[in-house]
Formats: sequence, structure tokens, C-alpha cells
Amino acid sequence: MNHTKEIRDFIITNFIFGDAAALQDKDDTSFLDSGIIDSTGMLELVMFLEQTYDIKIEPEEMVPENLDSVNKVAQFLSRKLAKTAGAA
Amino acid sequence: MCAIAGILNLAAAPAPTEAALRRMLAMVRHRGPDEFGVLLAPQVALGNARLSIVDLTGGQQPITNEDGTLWIVFNGEIFNHVELRAELEARGHRFTTHCDTEVVLHLFEEHGPDCLQRLNGQFAIAIWDQRDRSLFLARDRVGVRPLFYTQAANQFIFASEIKSILAVSPVAAKIDPVALEEIFTYWSPLAPRSAFRGIPEVPPGHYLVAKAGKISVRAYWQLEFAEPAAEKSATEYEEEFHHLLTDATRIRLRADVPVGAYLSGGLDSSLIAALVRQLGVSRLDTFSIAFDDQKFDESQFQREMAAFLGSEHQVVQATHADIGNIFPAVTWHTEVPVLRTAPGPMFLLSKLVRDRGLKVVLSGEGADEFLGGYDIFKEAKIRRFWARQPDSQCRPRLLARLYPDIAALQTAGPAYLKAFFGHGLTATDAADYSHAIRWRNNRRNCRLFAPDFAAAIAAQQNGGSAGPGCPASFQQWGELQRAQYLEISVFLSQYLLAAQGDRVAMAHSVEGRHPFLDVRVMEFCNRLPARFKLRGLTDKFLLRQVGRKYLPEKIWRRRKRPYRAPIHRSFFHATTPDYVRELLSESAVAAAGIFNPVAIRQLVAKLESGRAVGEADDMAVMGVLSTQLVHRQFVQAFRAAEPLAAADPVKVCRLG
Repeated sequence: MNHTKEIRDFIITNFIFGDAAALQDKDDTSFLDSGIIDSTGMLELVMFLEQTYDIKIEPEEMVPENLDSVNKVAQFLSRKLAKTAGAA
Repeated sequence: MCAIAGILNLAAAPAPTEAALRRMLAMVRHRGPDEFGVLLAPQVALGNARLSIVDLTGGQQPITNEDGTLWIVFNGEIFNHVELRAELEARGHRFTTHCDTEVVLHLFEEHGPDCLQRLNGQFAIAIWDQRDRSLFLARDRVGVRPLFYTQAANQFIFASEIKSILAVSPVAAKIDPVALEEIFTYWSPLAPRSAFRGIPEVPPGHYLVAKAGKISVRAYWQLEFAEPAAEKSATEYEEEFHHLLTDATRIRLRADVPVGAYLSGGLDSSLIAALVRQLGVSRLDTFSIAFDDQKFDESQFQREMAAFLGSEHQVVQATHADIGNIFPAVTWHTEVPVLRTAPGPMFLLSKLVRDRGLKVVLSGEGADEFLGGYDIFKEAKIRRFWARQPDSQCRPRLLARLYPDIAALQTAGPAYLKAFFGHGLTATDAADYSHAIRWRNNRRNCRLFAPDFAAAIAAQQNGGSAGPGCPASFQQWGELQRAQYLEISVFLSQYLLAAQGDRVAMAHSVEGRHPFLDVRVMEFCNRLPARFKLRGLTDKFLLRQVGRKYLPEKIWRRRKRPYRAPIHRSFFHATTPDYVRELLSESAVAAAGIFNPVAIRQLVAKLESGRAVGEADDMAVMGVLSTQLVHRQFVQAFRAAEPLAAADPVKVCRLG
């Protein structure tokens, strides 16, 4: 299941404080390069993912490859959920 | 210590009136509750509201010279006035009072604007020269005392606080969009802007002359960090610093009223208080703030230090709710939006001082800036070290150790550390290298501006703020010194001494005095080799060496604790103040036209949800709320106070 829209909505409501248009067609925009997220924001994103999707994110998984854009987060989330489903 | 105000006609016009001055001065009774004075002349009127500290019975202003050709109104203290008076008397000047204000006047009579070089103090000066019909305004070197002005309808209007100008100006206040961009980036407008269009300040270290309808502004002092070719020994530096700081403290005790001290529990204020004791002062009143929130409370250190000093220690307790409740009073005094939290507690602290009957306190401002105390200096040093090996995994870890309170940094891997702190890592020659990350992070909150407001900024020359300027010699200074220059000219002068210093102390008629900002101490520190300030990652090295002589080890070794109160708890809690809901409502936000109502709604929702909120969001809500307050108080619904009444003690002098 694709969680891109949920993730995009969270980023917009929680960090950008603006219209949905701000991130439209920008699912590959780097959060860090564009300054959307600071160090505390990274933790907020991790907490949102853990609480919303009932997963546990390890410190070594908190890397830009997994978390630095809407698409990267969506792909990371899919992999995590697939693993959890597989383990269940 | 006081307030000054005045109106000068730049072209032929009716004389400025006593009524106008009475309106201006009534706005600043808090700065000068004891007595008032007005000079009325065909072309100019000057006024003063006095907080009597030196020569209580004799020093009422305005004051004139021997032949009535020069008139002064003055806000401040000249700590070397005793020595200057002796010299002037020897040259034949005759004094009618015992106050330092009169010393400034005669020194000006003797030297003109060059008199400023001789003054060791904190001041805003206005002198009317009847001989050539000119008005001279000046401000101290780092901006301890405020001074604003405007030109409207052929009049030049000046005052210690903007509210006095607004009481008489034909032009209503308007928020300056570029100033707001600067506030959201640098935590304050950059000199010479204020928060309002067309109402600049006389910059620190500058004087202004208004003559024959023209205004000119010139610098008389600059921050200079050139290190002398020959270095002294560590012992020599220590002895000289000890001597200068002790003398700076000694002359700041000169007053005809008792002088107390702020005690934060940290090294700087503790050392000042210890020096006061050492100078033989028998009773020392110390004042501190205690926080209900244990994470920010330093009461334990404060109490221990007070016991060590044997001072009469007095404490005001601050809760998160208290800060929220006083915030509108705070912005009325700061006259500028604030993104930092400390003005609130400092406002409560000065109230305590006033309630206990004192008018003057010493405090430790300046040590962190002039002796390399802040973490930002260490951060710059670490980044430069890392920049020499950008791919290093362990060099960036030093940054996590620098900020142990920031949870995210402790778990962050090298990739995230690089992302947060590595921006512009190798651009080590950039003038703003030390501050670029802070300012870039702050600037994120500019996204909250309404589209029209953001467009107004972009339409300005430079597309917005030109940023802080640097003097020609900047690139020749050492790396630490360049960072210090930025921190002093931007943070200390424009924010710390203003909103967090003078404004909230004078709100309760309390004068702050700062030994670390004595001109001799500042110039000495600026000539120091960097390693006497930041040695490795040990900050304020020389200060700690002197501190060892006077303070318990636990105090002189103390690590700096930045005040990082979670401000949102002051505004969003069980009983959120009404003004918060009202000013952050969609209708109020839309009406003020500064912020985007949708963005503010989402920001408020996030804060009310109780989800984790970082420093950026805290600053965002403070910035928005304080801007809405300033807009309400000064632009939308400015109310002048009742003018000075017949019963107020006003000395009126008339000229020509």
C-alpha cells in the first residue's frame, strides 16, 4: 500500500505550515537541502512513523537515504511494513 | 538614568510646544519617575524624565553651561565623571550641580563631538547648541541606552523610546517588512532599523548632527580586533584583566543610591558580585529568577553563590503561565517582536528589584561576547576542524558533544550530522561562516509570512535585508574574532542589551550597569590572542583564571547553560491567555496582513496537540505572537498616555 499522500500531508501540516500546493510534484525534494526539517524535526518524523504505523525505527536507519524526501520515506516505510508483515 | 525626547524644526514652522513634550515624556514615566524637565526655544524643544541616581537633589535637567549657549538632556551614566570633572574645573569650567550629566555638557563645550572619546559609560545624549543652532545626538559604543528618531512634516523628532515619538508624530507607525525579515533571521532588526518604517535608531558608537535642515550620522568608535604584534605573558594578561575588571566594577558602584547585583548562578555575574564584595561594599543585595520548571532552574547555584558572598539574596519565582501573562506588557516595552524567551523573566526580575526599593543593579552582560563564552564560537571552531577533513566520521561527532541537550543529535548518524551542520562546511572564508547555520535555520520561519508581505520584502533593494555589514579590516582578524564581531554587533547590541536588557529593566525604573562593557575592558579583550578566550573548547579562559581567585570551583568551572525554556508552554496550556487565542485567530492574522492565516492555523494546531515541538516551532510562535502584539499595540490601536499633569514636578526653561 502506498503511503505517499499520508506522508506528504504530515510534512505539510507539521513542518511547512502552508498549502498542500507547497509540496505538490515535489516528492523528491530533499527535506534537508530545502531546510524543511531541522534536527528536532527529524525526531518528530520518526515518532510520527513509529506511532502511526506501529513500527520501530533503529538509530542506524535514521539516515537521509531513508528519510530525506516524501518518496524516500514512502519507500522506507513500505520496506519496513513488508518486513513486519513477513515476520508476523 | 532617564528618558530623553525632543523636537527640532528643520524648516520654518511654529515652535515645538510644551504640550507636545509633556505628551512625549508621559509615555516614558517608567524610565524617569522622579522628576521632569523641558527646554523650550523657538526652533527646538528638549525634554527629560529623570530616574535620580547621582546628585539626587541637584541634578534636575535640562542643564545649561556658564553662558546658556548649550543645553543638555541625557539618559545614562558616565562612570569616569569624577576624573573628567576635575580636569574640566582645572580648565576653568564652572559647575552648578554634582551630577555626571553636567560633566558631559562641559566636555562637549571643550571638545565638541570628540568629547565622546573621553566618556566611559552608557548613554544617549542630546545637546542643543544655541551658537550655531545645531542639535547633537550620541549613543554609547555598544548601544546600552536606546535612541530613535524620525523626520516628518519638516520636524526632526527623537526619543529614548519609540512610543514617545508616536505620541507626537503626524505619521502613524507601520511595521517595516525588511525589519521583520531581519528579526526572524537575526533575532532583531539590524542597525539602524527599528521594527517600524521611517523610525531608525542612532547606531551604537555613532553620533548625529542636525543643522540647517540637514541630518548627518557619523561613527566615533568601532569594534576592532587587530591583535598587537607582540604578545604578553599569561600572567601579564591575567593581572591586567583583573585590574581592569575590578576598576570597571568599582566605578560602576558610584551612585547616591544603593547598587545591587543580578546573580544568574553562572560565572560572569558571580564574578562581578564577588568583585563588589571585594571592593568593601558591606551590604550587597542580589537578585535571581527561579523557574518552576526544573530543567531551566539554576536556584541551587544561585543560593550557593549568594551564601558564599553573604549577600541579601532575593528571588522571584517564574512559572510558564507567568511568562504568558506578562508577555503583552513585555512587548509594550521592547517595542519590537522577540523570538527569544528571556525578556519575560528579566521583566519579572526588574520588578522584584523595584519592589525592594533599589534602582541600580550590576550584571554580567558582555562576558560571553568579549571573552568567547558562547557555544556558537565552539561550533565554528569544530566546523573549521571538520572542514579540513570533510569525510571524517568522528570530527562531526564533536558537535553532538557540544549540544548534549539536543536529543536528536545524540542518535543522529554521521549522515545527519553532516546534513545539519555541514551546510557550507568548506566555505571557511565566508564572512558569516560562524553564524550561517543559525541564521539559515532561523530564516525558515519566514515561510509564515503572508504572500503580499513576502512580496513587499522581495520588492526592496537587495530583495530584502542586506545583512550585517563588516568593516574593512574584518578579513584580517582571526577566526574567533570574526565570529565575536558578528555576535557583538548583531546579538549583543541589537537584541541582548535592548529587548532583554534596557527595555525590561527600565520598565520598572531599574538601571542596569555592565562592567564587562567598560570601554577599557572591551578594548583589552579585543586585543587578546584567541587562546585566552577560547582555549581548545574551554570558553572564557582568562575569565576563569581570574574567577579561580574569588569563586568556588563549582562556579568558576561552570559550563554555560543557555536558557531554552519551552516557550509554547507559556502560551498553550490548561488556561491559555485570551489574548493568545484572539491574536492568533484567523481573523486577527488576516487583518494584520503580516502572516499567512493557513500557516498560523497549522502552527497553532501543532502546538495545541502536544506533539513534540522543537526550538524552531517555539521561536515561530513567539515571533508570530509578539509581532501580532506589536502590531496591535503600536500600529492598530496605539494609545498615548495622559500628558504630564500640573502636579508633576516639571522644570521648564525658556530660551529666546
